[in-house]
This record gives sequence, structure tokens and C-alpha cells, in this order.
Amino acid sequence: MSTAPTREVARRVFAREFNDATYTFTESDDERAPVYVLLPTGQRANRVFVVGTLTETEDVGEDAEYWQGRVVDPNGDTFFTYAGQYQPDAAAVLRDLEPPAYVAMVGKPRTYETDDGDVNVSIRPESITTVDEATRDRWVVETAERTLDRIERFQDATADGDAVTDEYVAMATEEYDLPVENYRRAVVDALEDADTEAGEPEAAAD
Amino acid sequence: MTETDLRTHAEAIHDQFADRLDITVEDVEDRLETLVSEYKVPVSEARRSVTNTYLDQAGMEREELATGGGNETVQVADVDAPEEWIDLTAKVVELWEPRSDAVAQVGLLGDETGTIKFTKWAKSDLPALEADQVYHLRNVVTDEYQGRFSVKLNRTTQIEEREADLEVGDQDVTVEGALVDIQSGSGLIKRCPEEGCTRVLQNGRCSEHGEVEGEFDLRIKGVLDDGEEVTEVIFDQAATEALTGTELEEAKEMAMDALDTGIVADEMRDQLLGRYYRVTGPTMGRYLLANETEQLHEPVDPEPTLIRARSI
Repeated sequence: MSTAPTREVARRVFAREFNDATYTFTESDDERAPVYVLLPTGQRANRVFVVGTLTETEDVGEDAEYWQGRVVDPNGDTFFTYAGQYQPDAAAVLRDLEPPAYVAMVGKPRTYETDDGDVNVSIRPESITTVDEATRDRWVVETAERTLDRIERFQDATADGDAVTDEYVAMATEEYDLPVENYRRAVVDALEDADTEAGEPEAAAD
Repeated sequence: MTETDLRTHAEAIHDQFADRLDITVEDVEDRLETLVSEYKVPVSEARRSVTNTYLDQAGMEREELATGGGNETVQVADVDAPEEWIDLTAKVVELWEPRSDAVAQVGLLGDETGTIKFTKWAKSDLPALEADQVYHLRNVVTDEYQGRFSVKLNRTTQIEEREADLEVGDQDVTVEGALVDIQSGSGLIKRCPEEGCTRVLQNGRCSEHGEVEGEFDLRIKGVLDDGEEVTEVIFDQAATEALTGTELEEAKEMAMDALDTGIVADEMRDQLLGRYYRVTGPTMGRYLLANETEQLHEPVDPEPTLIRARSI
């Protein structure tokens, strides 16, 4: 019986980890098989949901419009997004929006190898909408929780010297040499920022 | 477990195999007795095990078994494992359009405890189930897909109509997440006006009744995503109006001014995508039907998460 392909979940990840997710793979040889980036905390991602501050937009296209957007998370790390003729709605948002603004973005991770061999990770947007600060703050805490979930699973899976049973954790230890401590730090930094804003508005205003 | 109970089970199993195997009720009872008394296996498991043994001996498939009415009659909410043979008394709550020729009927059965999807295979050659009718169904098999249970009717299923009506219980679920997609078929749509049809028109055509003068309706097919799971949510007209603050008449005017019905869905995307919502309602197949929707707007305290992050 034919069943509709299940929709891919949108992962929550801070930019520091996302930009490290340079390894991509598919689960089958089918040419329509979804492409995943491997998050260094040991999870595959075919879609992400990010909320942050749009700080800059620029038309980097040569012949046709091709918009680049920089979306910054609480750590000051940047998600790069690119929208062209195949993402007309998102391109229109980037064209029209006056930074800075809080935006929510759903999209697909894409990797791109530069001439000097570095791999850049960016987001091909499915939608970009302007949202308020409360939505941004909720995303920060949610993304922190999901990242901690992944870190805990990573640590459990790699705790004893036995073979790692979790498929994507095993893949992450294989493909990357990136300590998950980096991403725990990113979580703490993001939350301390949110905590300061929420708890000491007076002090933060200085 | 008394001996008479075991004897009853043994007789039921014996009856199922009597015409295929040369066994006695005592043989069956001995096997059950061994499993239950010596191996301390629950009687339902013992029954499964013994039945399997005889199936192997007879070279039969499980679904070829004649039923002696030996299944447990369960309620919908109690279905919690796949591949169990059960009896159900339930009302046909919904009949859906089968998406495959292999399926004769598909829809929703309900009893006091909730609802469950059912599938009736074309090759099973069973009588048609009528909407709103209560049936006692003997010998249906449970199945599971992505944590959701369903029952399948098969060649051996016996269908009896019941006179008494049933109050179908609701099984509301609550889902929280970011609205990450508003799918095509959302916004201002037209439905087929034919009696009992209500299909959504594609380019002014109903897949059943061809070109018709459609009736306007508002709907959102949205996707809530919490970073772990996705839930497809349908907002009907009332839910859509409550969520967007835009009423049907207003939406029609918007479309008229823009000479494009698509503008309504576009506006909804701008207004709703990327925000967090809590939605409560019953599930229908893979969809959650929104009865109550609330935007999650209250501030979230980062402190507990910060403590967790520091303790890792």
C-alpha cells in the first residue's frame, strides 16, 4: 500500500552547531531521497526551524535576484540564508524587510564547498516571517532543551567503551572531531543572555 | 486460573483445528497446562503459543483460523499492541475515501473509550459497513503505524449489526509546537455543493461530480512541529476564524479585491507561520482537528534549562 512520505521534523539548533554540520548524506540511493546534514551532537537534520534577528540583507545575485540574509542567534552566531527565484516568497521578504527584525525561518540545510575547501552551511528557506520577541525567547529555550537532549544522548551513547549503538551518534564520532562541550557552552551562553534580559531589564539597558 | 477455564480455552483451540489436525481436547489442555502451571505464562500467551504450534503443524496461516469466538472483546482505548486478534463492538464514525484499490473501506470506528482507524481489504470480500451503524466485529487484527493503532478486517471477520446505539467518546489530544507550514488547500477554498459530498474543488472541479458551482469555505491545513515530532492540524472554518480573526465574508472580499483567492492563504502565512501554538482536539487519521487553539505567548523562564545545562 502506498503511504505518503512522512514529513521531516524541523530540528532546533543554535548557529554554532549548525555551521559545524558540514557532513551530508542520504539514507537511500533513490535520487529523490532526502538529504540530511549531520549535526555534530549526533542527529540528522533535513529541515530546521530558527528564530533570530535578521541583521542584514543583500542581493548577491549576478543576473537574477539572489538574496542573502544573516540571521543572528543570542550567541551572536549567524545563520546564513539564500533565497532566489525558486523561493519567491522568502526572497520577497528579504527584499522588503528592513533589518533589524526578529524573523522565524523554516528551511532546508544546504552545504557549499568554497574554493579553498571550506564547507559553508546555509539555509534554503521555505518560509520567513516576522515575529515578536516573545516568540524569539521561546525558541531560545526550546532550542536549548533540544540541544541538551541531543548532548545527553550523545554522552550516554559514548559513555562506556563499548561500540556506539546510536546510528547518528556513531556517525558523528566518525565524521567529526568536535567536542559536544562546545554546544553545551553555546546553550549556557544563550540562556544566560536570555536570563539577563528577563531578570534584570534595568541592568541590561545600560 | 481454574481447570475449567483452561478446558474452555482448550476446547476453543481444538475446535479451530479439529478438521485439520488429529488432536484431542486433552492434548490441547495438556499443552496449555504445561505453559500456565510450569512456565507461569499468562493464559493469553499460552493460548497464542499453543495456537502457533498447531498452525505450524497444520501449515496454516493465522488468518485462516475459523473463530470459535475465542478472542477477547476489547474497547478501542485498550488496543495497545499490534497483531492481536480481538473482537470489538463499535460504531462506524467516519468512512473515508480509500486511496488504494486493495482497500474496500477505510474509516473510523468508535466506542465509549475513543476512536480507532479501521481498514477492510477488498480481497476479504466482506459486506459493506454503514456509517453510524453499531457492529459487533469478531476476529479483527490490530496494527500499528508510527505509534498509532488501527484494526484490520479480514476474510475471517464476522460482522453483526447491533441495535443499540453507542456514545462515542472523544479522545482529545493536545499538541504544542511552532506552526512551520500552511499547506496548499488552505485559506479560502471552494467545496462541492452536492448532497453529502463537500469535496474541495480543484480548479472549479470536484473529483466526483465534475464542474460545479462551489461553495466558499475557510480552512487551514497546518503543520505543528516541536522539534521532535510533526502533527498535521486541520482548522475548520470556525477554528480558522478564531485563529486569524478573519471571517469568511471578509476573506471573500479580500479575494474579490485582489482577484485572487490565494491572497487569503498568503495573509494567513504571514500572520501565523513561525509562531508557537497549543492545539487541542480529536484526531482523525493522521490529522488533529483543532477545537481549541491558543498562541503560546507567555514568557518562558530560562532558569530551569540553564540549571540543566550547567549540570551536564
